[in-house]
Amino acid sequence: MSGRTIMTGNQAVAEAVRLARTEVVAAYPITPQTVIVEKLAEMVDSGLLDAEFIRVESEHSALAAVYGSAVAGKRSFTATSSHGLLYMYEMIWWVANARVPLVMVVVTRTIGPPWNIHTDHTDLLTMRDSGWIIAMAENVQEAFDLTINGFRISEEVSLPYTAGMDAFQLSHTSEVVDLLEQQYVDEFLPERRQSYVFGEEAFTVGCIGPNEYTARLRKDTFEALKNTEKVVDKVSREYEEITGRNCGLLEEYRLDDAEYAVVMMGAWSGDAKDAIDELRKESLPIGLLKLRYIRPMPYKKIQKLLDGKQVLVLDRDCSMGAGGILGVEVKNCVEATNIIAGIGGIDVGVDDFIKMFRVFSEGKLEVEKNGVYWWPPEIYDKGMR
Amino acid sequence: MEVKESILLSGNPSCQGCPHSLGLRALGLALDDPVVIIPAGCSTIVAGIHPKATINAPVLHVPFASAPAVASGIASAFRREGKKKQIVVWMGDGGADIGFATISGAAVRNEDIIVIVSDNEAYMNTGIQSSGTTFWKAKTTTSPTGKSEERKDLAAIMLMHRVPYVATASVGYLPDFINKLEKAKKIRGFRFIQLHSPCPPGWRFDSSKTVEIARMAVKCGAWILWEFDGKLSFSPASRPYKDKMKRTGLTEYLRAQGRFKGIDDSDIETIEKNIDMQWKFLEAFENF
Ligand code: SF4
Ligand SMILES: [Mg+2]
Repeated sequence: MSGRTIMTGNQAVAEAVRLARTEVVAAYPITPQTVIVEKLAEMVDSGLLDAEFIRVESEHSALAAVYGSAVAGKRSFTATSSHGLLYMYEMIWWVANARVPLVMVVVTRTIGPPWNIHTDHTDLLTMRDSGWIIAMAENVQEAFDLTINGFRISEEVSLPYTAGMDAFQLSHTSEVVDLLEQQYVDEFLPERRQSYVFGEEAFTVGCIGPNEYTARLRKDTFEALKNTEKVVDKVSREYEEITGRNCGLLEEYRLDDAEYAVVMMGAWSGDAKDAIDELRKESLPIGLLKLRYIRPMPYKKIQKLLDGKQVLVLDRDCSMGAGGILGVEVKNCVEATNIIAGIGGIDVGVDDFIKMFRVFSEGKLEVEKNGVYWWPPEIYDKGMR
Repeated sequence: MEVKESILLSGNPSCQGCPHSLGLRALGLALDDPVVIIPAGCSTIVAGIHPKATINAPVLHVPFASAPAVASGIASAFRREGKKKQIVVWMGDGGADIGFATISGAAVRNEDIIVIVSDNEAYMNTGIQSSGTTFWKAKTTTSPTGKSEERKDLAAIMLMHRVPYVATASVGYLPDFINKLEKAKKIRGFRFIQLHSPCPPGWRFDSSKTVEIARMAVKCGAWILWEFDGKLSFSPASRPYKDKMKRTGLTEYLRAQGRFKGIDDSDIETIEKNIDMQWKFLEAFENF
């Protein structure tokens, strides 16, 4: 399959994994990621994808298994969501500290209790400090593109890569998507490279070492992830030359002449753009800075782009006791107001954004004492019982 | 005659009389070209501290509960390359407790790996805490007055996974262990060996007595050597003790270990009954 078609985010990711000539897939199903796993299993069974599919018994084992196949030199993929991600958390850190390239898609879903299968971004952002490269898609096309980009970038810097996409809004929603033809993917994605391959020579990986050795490795990883900024720039430019689509670290939307800037990530950015279009009609000078990558976080670029603007950061996630996670991040480089909204999959549509942005631009957003504004206020005021 | 080099190099940092050292040495004698996956445990240390390594093979250290899953991924990678190396998971009873779902999952998938649980009947690397295979009445730091529950029979549980090869072995009978590895290496699919590994500091006996204690366990029937390769059979060293009258030295076995200090005759009677039951259970499978 190639060319323009209509499919859900889950299907598009599976197609990207196939086109990347992934050799090993291990995954455990969890709503709303399940379709990715099923599609890939089908592709392997039917011979459409020449790969091994490992039907593991848990997410911890899913990432452990692809760690094994990746460390032994094979392009490897897994996908998960929410509690599955938390269940594999130990392996998340291990894989990054071991500097093994592989790709995982996280379909972002609320963490319980209460049980909730709808989107928010806290699950993906629990990976923030681990050493993974973390991207987030706005639409099905980006979910596809980032997955392909992920293999390339991960293998170039020897760090694992994750792309997030919102539960249901992308995973289960059909959109028009341009699938890349195999020959272009092959051109873009050279044969797998990695800093070491396990299994041939008698050497030991991961053994106990002096503390200084651990400290040095951490600094190496830190710097490698920082440097990934340049690699994302380079790779996304190359990808743009082939596809005409940019998947760089940031996307600016009507930001140039904006006095008010909204910062956010994920599927709801699309509705925010529509809201901005509406407000622009009323001559409100507002624009958007979409974060496509959370790690590496291009602080300097963000600072430059937001300098002199009134900044509103929208979070669909929360760092308990601190604020919205993106809010905390962006405040590293500019002053910003922070709204937390859409938690637990609450719908936030164009009208909500219009309301939010208007109140913000009028300076009427009553930030609570703790510096964060929870939207929409009526939910929190009434106190559901 | 070709003399194989041991894969375990001298000067490794294990305790004196460490059963893992014995087991790893035997492993190297039996397998030609293994890669070894080690989850957290005593063997993490036995394998050496950077920049020194004591196992002369590719060794991958992995998180506690993950080893058979990592090995599954490696097996997939090797298969795609047509690489024939034996993939060995070398773990303890701790790894087998915390990672049981992982062992079970790999067995169910019939992964082409050998899982060896070197069972010293407690979590030794953290300082002797009770595990699923800790003997009833054995004192550990988390069962200071003696463990109040029976041990689980891990090998029998693995047998129920319908995998091609399951065996028990003992560091007191290394030729038997080597034979079993030789057999296992010719079989494809999931192979499991539970190696009985008496641990001097953990069981409180003198470090010169590891082999002696291991043999006492077999002679009194408390540790039974058997293998399943399509059919279950008792191994030569254990075969005589099918006859209950031939089993000897249970009291001596228990009294030789500090961890059983203070057990009385009625406890020993109970242990004997449990041992009888274990034999009957396995005999039922032998005759199946
Ligand atoms: S505690 Fe026991 S098993 Fe662990 S290294 Fe020492 S002797 Fe070996
Ligand atoms: Mg142990």
